[in-house]
Amino acid sequence: MIVFRYDKTFEGLLTAVFDAYNRNTFPVKLLSSDEIELLFVDACHTVITDPKKSGRVWKGLEKRMMPVTRNMLTYVWLSEISGCDETVFRYIRKVFDSKTSIEMNFADDDVLQVRNIAQKVNREKLRVIEFVRFQKTADGIFFAPIAPEHNVLPLTLEHFTDRFADQQWIIYDTKRDYGYFYNLKETTEITLDSDTLILEGKVNEELLDPNEQLFQRMWKSYFRSMAIKERINPKLHRQHLPVRFWKYLTEKQ
Amino acid sequence: MKEEALAKLQILAESAKYDVSCASSGTTRKSKAGGIGSTAGWGICHSFTEDGRCVSLLKIMLTNYCIYDCAYCINRRSNDIRRATFSVDELVELTIEFYRRNYIEGLFLSSGVINNPDYTMERMVRVIKELRTTHRFNGYIHMKSIPGCSQQLVHEAGLYADRLSVNIEIPTEKNLKLLAPEKNHESVFKPMQFIQQGMIENAEERKKSRYVQRFVPAGQSTQMIVGATDESDKQILKTSDFLYNQPGMKRVYYSGFIPVNSYDSRLPALKQPPLVRENRLYQADWLLRFYEFKVDEIVDDKHPDLDLEIDPKLSWALRHPEFFPVDINKAEYRDLLRVPGIGVKSAKLIVVSRRYTRLNAQDLKKIGIVMKKAQYFITCNELSGLNTVSDTSPEYVRSLLVPKKKGQKQPDLHQMSLIFPE
Repeated sequence: MIVFRYDKTFEGLLTAVFDAYNRNTFPVKLLSSDEIELLFVDACHTVITDPKKSGRVWKGLEKRMMPVTRNMLTYVWLSEISGCDETVFRYIRKVFDSKTSIEMNFADDDVLQVRNIAQKVNREKLRVIEFVRFQKTADGIFFAPIAPEHNVLPLTLEHFTDRFADQQWIIYDTKRDYGYFYNLKETTEITLDSDTLILEGKVNEELLDPNEQLFQRMWKSYFRSMAIKERINPKLHRQHLPVRFWKYLTEKQ
Repeated sequence: MKEEALAKLQILAESAKYDVSCASSGTTRKSKAGGIGSTAGWGICHSFTEDGRCVSLLKIMLTNYCIYDCAYCINRRSNDIRRATFSVDELVELTIEFYRRNYIEGLFLSSGVINNPDYTMERMVRVIKELRTTHRFNGYIHMKSIPGCSQQLVHEAGLYADRLSVNIEIPTEKNLKLLAPEKNHESVFKPMQFIQQGMIENAEERKKSRYVQRFVPAGQSTQMIVGATDESDKQILKTSDFLYNQPGMKRVYYSGFIPVNSYDSRLPALKQPPLVRENRLYQADWLLRFYEFKVDEIVDDKHPDLDLEIDPKLSWALRHPEFFPVDINKAEYRDLLRVPGIGVKSAKLIVVSRRYTRLNAQDLKKIGIVMKKAQYFITCNELSGLNTVSDTSPEYVRSLLVPKKKGQKQPDLHQMSLIFPE
């Protein structure tokens, strides 16, 4: 059995594809650099991430795939589901080895898997777009903490930057401890050092804009007024509005 | 913004919530420099109320004072409820501030009728004009057009709103007269025609120059109340079908009747709103819009009402066993759509995947077909179709697929029952 070790980055994964074709050995498993060795390993190759090699693989895929499906591969990567790197690896091999396009063959397990995972990630992306709640701070920045299941924040930037172009905002992933700050010109990645800024999914009350509380109260009371009590349906409610987001939703406090 | 606006918000939201429409779809617009907001063509929901309905737009009334006395409406003149009116500035600020916090996609503005239709409409137009021009708000705006208002006002509203709508509420004129004697169908259909006309003219003008401002880019919608009067599903769906054939009509909503004025003897006494019927009507509506069904196939004189136990597609399939089994590997897309358990997405997946390989039952399951239903209506590689509806009987398949009620013992179908004379 042949295994590859790589640094668990997307570029690393693409470099692994390059190396595999270059050496003409194909790994059965992909391990991170510090994962313990498996039994029955015949050979282990350590991949050294190289942007040139990964770039060539990515370019090669561009020639052979539709932009939509190539995009799906990054979605699958961002899912952070264990084993998704191996799915992507196998998928890419199938793309390179087949004379015709395999992208639409959903009877193939990997093709279907890639589609299903990409769909899951896309759904999570839409949820973040829906459920992010900005709180205005005293210095005029709109701040939103959130904890998505998959690492989808980068996928939502285009939407938020376009929509809220005339206000400063920060969207922060509390689970992965990084976020993005938009300063009216550009969006940059940030990491917060302070741990008193966010308390229980909310921005620390002392730091809020004086009017913020009133708008939050208005939104809450609006939300409650909208429910028609003759139609209450808690199951449907939870299905559309997953409980894991409640912590970050103003109206569910 | 002051505290008193909070009380108004509560009152006017309570008054607006019975309108079911809340879509923010139909227009895609990027943000403009110096403005705020964008719209997404697929629509974005921002929250869901405890009854499971989506909250996409700030659905609010300008005022809940009303000169009309419609039996089905919570805001009727004779009801003793709290009344309030928003000022234009209050409403504009509220919309912008909610939007900036990502609570909403935009505004859904409706209103009770004060003084006369034109007076009311003019004030509503002022709100959305202010939003669009002064504040350069670029989000979604849906506005109700007031029945009986002038064509000129509809035209002005259409330049600022993404969607305009007029509610039919009661599908037949006879019953409308009974519950809302001050209204008639003409007052509803007139503004609808204004909107339609405006859209057609706008399309013509935009052919000449693309700089012409768009008019109601997301089209119009309407709503019918279900269960307040004695219309059959056939009458309701025929009306919907007629409306969908008009250019620019995007959605017909069905609102299960909620007895808000239970004292009025013209209204039926209901224990609970007809939610199942409402759901079946939506399913039928989907069949019309996405599944290439004709309205006569869903309801006819023999079956004027939809089956509440099973969905309308399954119901059609059981009435037409001769259409089945459908061969998954050969049938046309149109025919695949008619199989219970196959939706639009899975039908498309089947069509693209079967070019590579013959699909078998396991593939279908993985693709996401509901085999529990579909198995009785298809043949594929190894399913030779022993179990299909054409080999057994519709009654038998139906008995297998009707959801079992709790606590009720189902007769064993494989066991013949022996009847002993007493």
